[in-house]
Amino acid sequence: MRHLRTELRQRAEELVGLYPQRRSAMLPLLHLVQEQDGYLTPEGIAEVAELTGTSEADVRGTASFYDMFHLEPVGRYVVGVCTNIACLLRGGEEMLAHASATLGCAVGGTSSDGLFTLEETECLADCDRAPVVQVNHRYVRTTTPELFDALIEDLRAGRRDHEVPHHGTLIRVRRAGGLHAEHEEIVSQRAASRAARDERAKESQ
Amino acid sequence: MASLDTPRIVSSRWSLPDSHTLSRYLDSGGYVALRKALTMFPEAVAAEVDAASLLGRGGAGFPAGRKWSMLRRSAISYLVVNGDESEPATFKDHYLVERDPHQLVEGVIIAAYALQVSQAFIFLRGEFALGLERVQQAVNDAYEYGALGSSIFGSSFSLDIVVHPGAGAYICGEETALIEALEGKRGFPRIKPPFFPAAVGLYGEPTVVNNVETMSNLPWIVNNGGAAFAALGAGRSTGTRLFALAGRVRNPGAYELEMVKNTFRDLIYDPRLGGGILEDRAIKAIIPGGVSAPWFGPELLDVPLGQDEVAEKGSMLGSGSIVVLDETSCVVRATWRIVKFFSRESCGQCTPCREGSGWLERIMYRLENGGGRPEDLDLLLDLSDNIAPGLTWPPQQTTICVLGPSIPSSIHSAITLFRDDFVAHVEHGSCPHV
Amino acid sequence: MSDQTPTPITVTVNGRAVEAQPGELLIEVAERAGTYVPRFCYHPRMEPVGVCRMCLVEVDGPRGATLQPACYLHVSDGMSVTTDSEKAKKAQDGVLEFLLANHPLDCPVCDKGGECPLQDQTLAHGSGETRFVEEKRHFVKPVEIGALVLLDRERCIQCSRCTRFAAEVAGDAEIAFAGRGDLIEVAPSPTHPFDSVFSGNTVQICPVGALTAKPYRFTARPWDLDQVESTCTVCAVGCRVAVQSSGNRLTRVLGLDSDPVNHGWLCDKGRFTLDSVDAHEGETDPLSSATRITEPLVRRDGALVAVSWSEALARAAALLREASEESPDAVGAIGGAALTNEGAYAWERVLRGVLGTENLDAQYGDGLDPALLQALAPATIDDAVAAPVVVTLTGDLREELPVLFLRLREAVVKHGHDLIEFGFGASALRALARWSLPVRPGEAHLVAAALAGENPAPGLAASDADLRAARERLGDAGEGVVFVVGRPNLAEGAPVMERAIRVLAERFPAARFLPVLRRANVRGALDMGLAPGLRPGRGVAPSPAGRDTLSQIEAMVDGHQRAVVLLGGCLLGNVIDVERAREALASADVIAVTGHGGATLAYADVVLPVAVAHERNGTVTNLEGRVSAVSAKLVAPGSAWSDVAVAVELAEQLGAHLSLTSLDVVAKLIEESTGYPALSVLNDDTTDGVLVGDRARATLRRPLDPMAFPGIRGVDHVGLGELSGRSSTLELDHVGATSSATLDRVAAGRAVASIAADAYSLRLHASRRLYDRGVAMMGSPALAELIATTRLHVHHADLDRLGVDTGDRVRVTGSGVSVEMSVVADDDVPRGVAEVPVNTVDADGQDVLARLVTRPELVSLVRLETR
Ligand SMILES: Cc1cc2nc3c(=O)[nH]c(=O)nc-3n(C[C@H](O)[C@H](O)[C@H](O)COP(=O)(O)O)c2cc1C
Ligand code: SF4
Ligand code: FES
Repeated sequence: MRHLRTELRQRAEELVGLYPQRRSAMLPLLHLVQEQDGYLTPEGIAEVAELTGTSEADVRGTASFYDMFHLEPVGRYVVGVCTNIACLLRGGEEMLAHASATLGCAVGGTSSDGLFTLEETECLADCDRAPVVQVNHRYVRTTTPELFDALIEDLRAGRRDHEVPHHGTLIRVRRAGGLHAEHEEIVSQRAASRAARDERAKESQ
Repeated sequence: MASLDTPRIVSSRWSLPDSHTLSRYLDSGGYVALRKALTMFPEAVAAEVDAASLLGRGGAGFPAGRKWSMLRRSAISYLVVNGDESEPATFKDHYLVERDPHQLVEGVIIAAYALQVSQAFIFLRGEFALGLERVQQAVNDAYEYGALGSSIFGSSFSLDIVVHPGAGAYICGEETALIEALEGKRGFPRIKPPFFPAAVGLYGEPTVVNNVETMSNLPWIVNNGGAAFAALGAGRSTGTRLFALAGRVRNPGAYELEMVKNTFRDLIYDPRLGGGILEDRAIKAIIPGGVSAPWFGPELLDVPLGQDEVAEKGSMLGSGSIVVLDETSCVVRATWRIVKFFSRESCGQCTPCREGSGWLERIMYRLENGGGRPEDLDLLLDLSDNIAPGLTWPPQQTTICVLGPSIPSSIHSAITLFRDDFVAHVEHGSCPHV
Repeated sequence: MSDQTPTPITVTVNGRAVEAQPGELLIEVAERAGTYVPRFCYHPRMEPVGVCRMCLVEVDGPRGATLQPACYLHVSDGMSVTTDSEKAKKAQDGVLEFLLANHPLDCPVCDKGGECPLQDQTLAHGSGETRFVEEKRHFVKPVEIGALVLLDRERCIQCSRCTRFAAEVAGDAEIAFAGRGDLIEVAPSPTHPFDSVFSGNTVQICPVGALTAKPYRFTARPWDLDQVESTCTVCAVGCRVAVQSSGNRLTRVLGLDSDPVNHGWLCDKGRFTLDSVDAHEGETDPLSSATRITEPLVRRDGALVAVSWSEALARAAALLREASEESPDAVGAIGGAALTNEGAYAWERVLRGVLGTENLDAQYGDGLDPALLQALAPATIDDAVAAPVVVTLTGDLREELPVLFLRLREAVVKHGHDLIEFGFGASALRALARWSLPVRPGEAHLVAAALAGENPAPGLAASDADLRAARERLGDAGEGVVFVVGRPNLAEGAPVMERAIRVLAERFPAARFLPVLRRANVRGALDMGLAPGLRPGRGVAPSPAGRDTLSQIEAMVDGHQRAVVLLGGCLLGNVIDVERAREALASADVIAVTGHGGATLAYADVVLPVAVAHERNGTVTNLEGRVSAVSAKLVAPGSAWSDVAVAVELAEQLGAHLSLTSLDVVAKLIEESTGYPALSVLNDDTTDGVLVGDRARATLRRPLDPMAFPGIRGVDHVGLGELSGRSSTLELDHVGATSSATLDRVAAGRAVASIAADAYSLRLHASRRLYDRGVAMMGSPALAELIATTRLHVHHADLDRLGVDTGDRVRVTGSGVSVEMSVVADDDVPRGVAEVPVNTVDADGQDVLARLVTRPELVSLVRLETR
C-alpha cells in the first residue's frame, strides 16, 4: 500500500536512486514524509522502511535520533528559539519566555489553534543576529520581542507564505542534472587516470 | 589595529547582490579555477593544495593536502563535504553556503578532480533550509553549465554531487557520525581505529571528509597558486580564515582575517571588526574555537589567531568561533548551558558521555538555580576526570569520540578561572546575579 | 591447516607474557591468561562495538599509556597492557558509577538479582555510597515489547546487545534504539511488536534485568536454581542447553555456547516450551496433548483405565505375541524420533530382534529415504557455513530448524558466501540468496537436472538465466558446494526430492550434503535402525525391506498388519492423510508408548507411559550426526519409566532377556557393536558432542559465557541412574552382517512421472510452521497463544485471475472433500502454487490438508473457486 502521493513517491524513488545503497536515502525520505504528512506517520515510516529495505523499528529508531523529525503531530509552524551560548549572552532565554507567552504554549507544546509549535533549539549557526529565531527552519531574524510579535501576526495572516513554507517542507529546489554516464565508463575513466598518474609518478622518480 | 589589507579569499562575493547565482559567480571570476585545474594533472592540483598548507577548517585543523596524499596509496572512492556546522557560536559555513554556494561547488569539483573521485556528497545541516536550496540550485546550475556531470568542460573527468540534508543532530559533524548519517543510520560515531575515514569510510570505502570552508578555499588556491596562499599567515597557519565572533561584542559577525597576523584583541576591538564590548564593559572570558575548547581569561587577548599559537596556551582555534563573555555574564550559567548542550547532543553510545553529561548538567543546574553544595565543585571535577582522565589539553578520553572529553572543557576552565564565582553561587544558594 | 596458522605473538598482560594469535581481541587474550576484564556490551558471538567502556585498560603506545577498550583492541606483537593500574581502575570505577547513577535500586524484585553482572561488579568494586543525589530517570515500567519479552527501560544500560542480536544475528531488526543521549531506549515499532522467533535470546544476553521473559518472570530466584547441561530436542538442530529447575519444576532453558552447533542461541520454541513437560493441573483427558500420561492404561469396555505396569505389559505382550505368531510381518512400529539413541536401540532390539519384524519406521511419510541420505557425502553445519556455495533444497529453515537458519545466515552475512535457494514457498533466507530459483511442486528434480547441466525442462518457474548462472557457480564437480536437503513439501511425494538429491549427488561427486530432517532425534532413531532395511550403527541390511509408515497404514487397513507399536509422538498429528490413519488404527491392536496424551490414544489398546525430555538421560544425534547428551533434570511424573526400561520389560514379557541393565550398558553395547559414540558421550564431560564416524571432530566444551550466567557456579551433572530392569545374561541375537550405504547400493529410486496439471489447478505446497499445533506448543500456554491462524497463500497473479484478494474466502477442492478458507496474496509463492501450512484448520476446526489430500500422490492439485 503506497502512502506517499504519486509525485512524492516519484521523488522518493529518485532519491533512492542517487545513492550507492538505498538506506542512504533515509534522511531525505523522512523529510519527504514530513513534507506530506507534517510529521512521521506510521504509514510514512512503513513506506520508508520499504524504500530503504529496513524495518519499521529501525526507521523509527533512526528518525528519533534527529531533532528535526517529529513522531507526533506538530503545528503548521515550528518556531525554534535558540538559547545556546551566543544567544544566551544576548537574551535567548528571555526571547523563549516571550515566545511562550505570545503563543500561549509551553516550550515543546503547540498553540491551541494548532498553528504553532514552540521549540528550544541548540545553536542555529546565525549567532551574529542573536537571539536567533527560526520558523520551519527559515531564519526570520526577529531579534526583539516586538519583531517576534509582528512575525507571528504576519504568519497568522499568511503574509510570509513564500518565505516560510509550511512545516515539513525542506528543500524546495528539486535536484536536476546527474552524471548520465554508464557506471563502467566512470570506473574505467578513473582507472585510466590513476594508471596515468602512477606512470607519471614512476617517470619522475 | 587589525591588518585588513590582505586579499579576501572566501568571502569576496558576500557583499555582491545575488552573490549566490551562477551569473554573478561567472562575472566575478567563477569556474576559471576549475577550467585551469582540468588542464593540470590531478596530482599537480593536489600538490598546489599541499603547498598551500591549507589546514582543515572543520575543527581538527589537519592539513588538507596531507590528508589527501596520505591516502593516495588506497584510491579514494568518495569525497564528503562536512557542512553540518553545529558547534555552538560557529556560523561561517552558514555564510559560505548561502552567499557563495558556487564557490563551494567549484571547490568540491576541484577536490574531486585532484582525488579522482566520481562521487561527492555535500552534507548540510537540515536547519540550513535556505542554504540547502542554494547549494542544490548551484549544483543544478553547474550540471547545466557543464561544470558537473560527465566529461566536465569536455575533459575526461566526470563527477556527480549529491546534496544531502541532515536532520538536526550536532554529533553528525563528527566525520564518522556524518558518514553513518549519510548511510541512513543513527549518527553514532564509529569507534577508532581506523582513525581516518580515508582508510574505511562511506560504505566501507576510502573516503575524504573536508569542511565547507576548506573546500571554498580551493578555487583561489588553484587560481593563485599554493605558494601565494602559503605566503599569507605564518608558521603552520597559512592563508586567511573566517572567524565567527559572537557574544557580548558590538558587531558580531564572520570576519575573514589573515592567520596569525591578528590577535583576539584586534578581532574584538577593531572598529571595522568586533567594535569592542557592548557598553564598553570589561571582558570576563573568551571561548576560542567553539564550546569544546577551554576558555581564555582576558590576559590572553594578545595571543595571535593562529592554530599553534592558541594551542600553546592550552586551547584551540577549532571551528574558528570566538565567544566573548563580559563582566555581566554569569560564568556558571554559561557553563551550565554548554554542558546542557552536550548532554542533549551526546549520541548516547558511551556510558561516560551519556551518563556523565546528564549528571554534570544536573549539578550545574543546581549550582545556578538553587541547591549547590560545597562538595559539588570537587564532584564536578572528579566526574570530569572520569570522562577526560587527567583533565589535560589536548584531552585524554574514556569515550569513543571527542565529544565526551569536550564536556569537561568549560567546567574545568570555568572553575579554574572563576572558582570564586562558583563559591559565591554555593554560598548564595543560587546565582547571585538574579 | 597447520601451515595456515599464523605464528603466535606475545602480549604482556599485567607484566606477564601471554601467547596470542595476531588480531585476537585483548579481552579474550587476557581472559585466557586468567585476567577477567569487566565488560557489559561485549558478547563473544557478536562484533565488538566498544560502547559501554567498562573494559577500559591501559595500553602502552608511542604516545604513552592510553585507555583503550579491551573488547575492541586487537592485540599485536609486543603490546603491553595493564588492566589493574590506578588509571584503569579509576576509569572502570567511573564507568560503573555512571551506569549506576540512573539505575533503579530494585534488585530485590528484579529477575536478574543474584545473577546480575552489574550487581556483581558493584558489590566487588562499587564505593558503597552514591554521589548521585539528583533525581533518577523515570520511565513507565515495564513495557511489553513483544509477546514473550518485557522491557524495563529504567534498568537498561544501553549496551545494545539486544538490538545488535536482532540486527546482526537474527537479521530482523524488530527492536532498535530510539532517541539520543541519555534518553536512548530500546523500542519496537508501535505498529509491529518484537515477535521474532529468536526473541528469548535477547533476554538471555541482557546483562541486567531490563529484558525479562514473560514465561520465566518471577518464577524463581537464581540462587534456588539447579541446572544440568543437556540438548534441546524440540527440533533436529540439537542446540546445547542448560536446563534449570527450582524444586521439581522446570523454570528455564538457557542456550549454551556450542561452537559447532548453536553458538549460545536458541529459538523461542526450544526455550519456552518446557512447560509442556509439566503435568498440567486438572488435565486428565488422555486425548488431550496437554495431559501427561502418568500411569499405564489399558482399554477396558471401550475406555482407557489405569492399571499396574505388570498388567499393562502383559496385555501389550499378549497382543504382540498373538499377531506375531500369525506372522512376524503382522506386527509393526511407527515413530521413535522422540526416543533417545539408547531407547531407539532397545526398541530396535525388541522389534527386530525379539519380534522379528522389519516393519518399523521413525518417519511419518514426511521424510526421505534414509539409505539414500546415508549414502551421501556428509557435511556438518560448520561445513555448510564454511562452504563457498550453499544450496538449500528445504522448506523455510527459520520455521523448520531455526538455529540452523541463524548459522546459514552467518555464512552469507559474515563470510560473504553464496547461497543458492530452491524457492518452494516463503523463506527467510531468500533475501540473502544470490539466486533464488522458484520451484513448483513436482519440479525439484527437473530444476536439479538443469543445475546438473541438462537443458531446462520446458515451463519451469525458474528463469533460464538464473539456472544458467547458478549452474556455473556450482562448478564442475561441486567442489566446495554443500547441499542442504530436506523435505519442503508434505503434499508432494518423496520421490521428487529423492530424485533431485540423487541427480545432484551423481552429477557433483565432490559436493557434500547436509540432510535436514526436522524431527528431534530422527537422525538418531534412523542410525539405530528404526527404518526398514537399516541396522543399528548406520548399517544397511541385504534383507528384503519391510514397511514404512505409509505402507503400514495401508497394511493395517487391508488387514495384513494386525498390531502396531506407536513409539511416542502422535501419529494422527504427524501424517497428512489423517482419515486413512484413523481407519488403520481402528482395525489394528495399538500399543502406544508415550509421555503425552493426544488424539491418537482414542485408538490405543495399551498405553505405556514414558519419561520425556528433561526427565531422562541418554544421548541424541542431531541432523549433522553429532551425538550429544541429554540429561534428566526432573523425575518423571507418576510411574512413567524410561523408554529403555519399557523396552526391556516388554521383551521380558515376550520371553526374551535383553541384557540392557543400565543406560551405560546400553550405550556400551551400542558403541562396542557399532562404533557409534554413545558411551563416549555419556562418559565424557569435556566434549560437547562427538560426530558419528569422525571422532576427531569431537568439540571441546566451551566455558559458559560468564555474562550469560554470572550467578550460576557451573553445570553439575546429574548421575545416570540405574534402570529398574533385572539384570539378565541372555545373549543378544546380534545385528548380523551389515554394510554401509553407498549411492549405487541404494535402490535406484522410483522414477518420477511427469506431472499432468491442467491450467485451472494449482499445485499444493504443504509447508511447516515453527509455531504449529504440536505437543510442545499446545502444552505451553505462553506459546500456544502465538499459534497464528494460517491461510492459503497464492501468488497475486493467480488470485487476480480468480478476481479475489487477501482476506477473501474461496472454496478449495483437492482429491477429497472441498473446504472453505481465506486466501493471502503472497508473491513468495511461485505462480501456479497454493501454499498451506500443515495443521491449518478451516472455519469448522477441521484439518485442511487431511481433507484436501486423501491419497499420497506425487503432486497434489487443488482448484480454487469463488463462492
Ligand atoms: C563532536 C564533533 C563535532 C564536529 N563538528 C564539525 C562540524 O560541524 N563541521 C565540520 O566541518 N567539522 C566538524 N568536526 C570535525 C570533523 O570530524 C572533521 O575533522 C572535519 O570535518 C574534517 O574537515 P577538515 O579537515 O576540512 O577540517 C567535528 C568533530 C567533532 C568531534
Ligand atoms: S563520546 Fe559521546 S557523542 Fe561521542 S560517541 Fe561517545 S556517547 Fe557518542
Ligand atoms: S566497551 Fe568493551 S565490553 Fe563494553
